[in-house]
Amino acid sequence: MNRLWRRAARTVGAAGALSLALSLAAAEDLPASKRRSGFDFMSRDSQATQVDDTSNPGMLWVIEGEALWTAKAGASGRSCSDCHGDAVTSMKGVAARYPVYFTEQSRPVDLQGRINICRETKQQATPLPFESRELLALAAFIGKQSRGMPITTGDDIRLEPFRVRGQALYEERQGQLNFSCADCHDANWGRKLASSVIPQAHPTGYPLYRLEWQGMGSLQRRLRNCMAGVRAEPYPFGSPEYIDLELFLMSRARGMPSETPAVRP
Amino acid sequence: MARALINVPAKAKRGDIIEIKALISHPMETGYRTGADGALVPRDIINRFLCTYNGEEIFSADLFPAIAANPFISFTTTATQSGRIAFRWIDDQGRAQLETAEITVE
Repeated sequence: MNRLWRRAARTVGAAGALSLALSLAAAEDLPASKRRSGFDFMSRDSQATQVDDTSNPGMLWVIEGEALWTAKAGASGRSCSDCHGDAVTSMKGVAARYPVYFTEQSRPVDLQGRINICRETKQQATPLPFESRELLALAAFIGKQSRGMPITTGDDIRLEPFRVRGQALYEERQGQLNFSCADCHDANWGRKLASSVIPQAHPTGYPLYRLEWQGMGSLQRRLRNCMAGVRAEPYPFGSPEYIDLELFLMSRARGMPSETPAVRP
Repeated sequence: MARALINVPAKAKRGDIIEIKALISHPMETGYRTGADGALVPRDIINRFLCTYNGEEIFSADLFPAIAANPFISFTTTATQSGRIAFRWIDDQGRAQLETAEITVE
């Protein structure tokens, strides 16, 4: 036990010294020409898996979402397509502007949240649980309709205070390792954390298929991964902190092409 | 029924080498992992995959627990005649699935 404690103390000490070195590198906004999608940091094999629809496993969720789009749900007996019609036209570019300001709640809402609002109010159905196959499938199907289109999040001036709060969260140190998101993704992108390349944290392809997960996951799941990595307590799914962070990250990735459903290692 | 994406070229010239791809939605549970209760999660993998071209077997594979979830299987064959390419696979729970694709050979 004693030995374990000493080892833990050494680890925390080393992390402290490392974070001091990192804090010297100032976090600054990257010019658009230097922004790179996580796609660019992947191996050629992973890139090939993503770009070919016949090998991209995210497409399994997309075809499931396509079926759910026209499936009737809830007491209303209505499907998504009963109101929205053909998603290929009605949902084109929609996911690329999320999170958006939702007037009824006076705060931003992300795509998954918006799907569940529709389910509750329009379909009178129970909301789909976070990270459930159905919710990811619908988000992936809607997201795919924006593939290749530039991200446009953050147009609405009412989003500004939430984006600022997201940025503050991004720059705030947290967890036992006392790291902020920016310590890795602004100050040290392109370098390695163990064997993995640190990307610039542009969420251009969510929900995405992560090989490590062997499945599809949302940006919230990915944020929870990083929080657990710095030994911070992750916020519960759906908490406003995630939405603000998503809003900040998507606004930061404005103009980059949407890749949903992306593949990542 | 589990979802799958089967890709066979719709048309080919006689004698052409064609690529056939199958992406199957399956958890491929190894049987070595424990669940939240500490008990082993029973193994559930696709253990056999078979492809026939107008009834003749052209490819088969035995799968093992080291294969990741949602397996992607790709192979080539020679386009000989128009007809049906059928894919059949079976998992540890005995669930069998059949998918077919048509090909026109000129």
